[in-house]
Amino acid sequence: MLRGPGATDVALTVNGESVTVHGAPRRTLLDTLRETLALTGTKKVCDEGTCGACTVLVDGRPVYSCMTLAVACEGKSIETIEGIAKDGELHPVQRAFIDADAFQCGFCTPGQIMSIVALLRENAGPTEDDVRRAVAGNLCRCGAYPNIVKAGVSAGKRR
Amino acid sequence: MNAFSYARPRALAEALRMLRNGAVALAGGTDLVGLMKDGLARPQSLVDLTGIEGLRGWSHAKGRGLRIGALTPLVELETSDALAKTMPIVRESLRDAATVQLRTMGTVGGNLLQRNRCWYFRDEGTVCWLKGGSRCFAIDGENRYHAIIGANECVIVSPSDLVPALLAYDAEIALTSSRGTRRMKLADLFIAPHGKERREHSLRPGELITEVRVPEAALARRGTYLKAMDRKAWSFALVSVAAAARIERGVARDVRVIMGGLAPVPWRVIAAEKALEGTTLDDASCADAADRLLAGATPLRDNGYKVTLARELVRRALRSLVA
Repeated sequence: MLRGPGATDVALTVNGESVTVHGAPRRTLLDTLRETLALTGTKKVCDEGTCGACTVLVDGRPVYSCMTLAVACEGKSIETIEGIAKDGELHPVQRAFIDADAFQCGFCTPGQIMSIVALLRENAGPTEDDVRRAVAGNLCRCGAYPNIVKAGVSAGKRR
Repeated sequence: MNAFSYARPRALAEALRMLRNGAVALAGGTDLVGLMKDGLARPQSLVDLTGIEGLRGWSHAKGRGLRIGALTPLVELETSDALAKTMPIVRESLRDAATVQLRTMGTVGGNLLQRNRCWYFRDEGTVCWLKGGSRCFAIDGENRYHAIIGANECVIVSPSDLVPALLAYDAEIALTSSRGTRRMKLADLFIAPHGKERREHSLRPGELITEVRVPEAALARRGTYLKAMDRKAWSFALVSVAAAARIERGVARDVRVIMGGLAPVPWRVIAAEKALEGTTLDDASCADAADRLLAGATPLRDNGYKVTLARELVRRALRSLVA
């Protein structure tokens, strides 16, 4: 079925809830999350796939939402930073970031956390090197990397 | 990004029909979406290939070689322990390619067809030679990352990490269009832009890469991939080398040396490989091979370092095959 170039309905699952969004095929998943669904926890920084601030999970795997078309996510499950805390309890990775003081300005943090959430699903007990590799696609201009790595390792231990 | 129509067919035939009518193929989007955002690609319609069954995954039928579907996400190849046993150089080449996110999104076919990273080419406002302009701005401009050998009017370099690794194992590809299927050596996919050929790939309009094949005989080779980067992560290769050979009683046979980041195409010099045949890949043979690989190199203002880097990478890669 040919869709667009005008606005078209796209059915997504976002943080476990089915939603239908209306937008042109050229609209990115990032803009759809932030502007249509008001999920502004996912950050827009470079908007060209070179910083990682927009990292979300699509069907459980980490991707750059700025380089992903929302229309290409029809029927897929999207997880964002807003969806990982459960029943008012922070996700273990969020708790580990607070305990390890793993951020300064915090702008890259949602992307860093989503990358580590994805890592822990594949590897429940990551080493420092595993965590470094998992967040190599998430830039932190404050340079909080040492504590991000500590948070990733300790989140693995506390799960 | 310009407006476009979009479809995600399940049938290959439907995708080919759309391509014949001028649609542009979208897979992981890691390169195409960037080109579209920068106004360097303005497709009227996109055909998303990711819904097509049968072009994803890899298989190895003993005696019949390795087959990799073009829509296989790079991360699937990188993380497969079984593939790491069959052809370890694939994981080695992908481990430091881009980032987890980009390897999750990106596919094998897209990796082979990714466009060059020259900053003049990537700048929307610069009409360089490759984009139909009259001159290459890198030749007299900022050229730290550009070609030192094999270039004509345009000094881009071949950017892929996976490609040199596949070429060191004599990979072939299958191409399909609504007119039928053809096979060719992967090496023949790449063009050093020159004259009227202002493009990097020999893919014809309406064609798709459907799979990569590695012949069984090549899988007996030892191989390694080394990549020099400005930083330890998330960087294109300054220079890279894929080396492979069959080692028989300490002596090298079927030697392959393919370099990335050096020339507009993956750089291979048959005479260098021939000279290594039957040697123990000792330092002197490696130095001789490097001489032959780099004969005629003409570094630009900022990239003379690539000659030194290439020589040492070649030596290290070849030495590791007999270590």
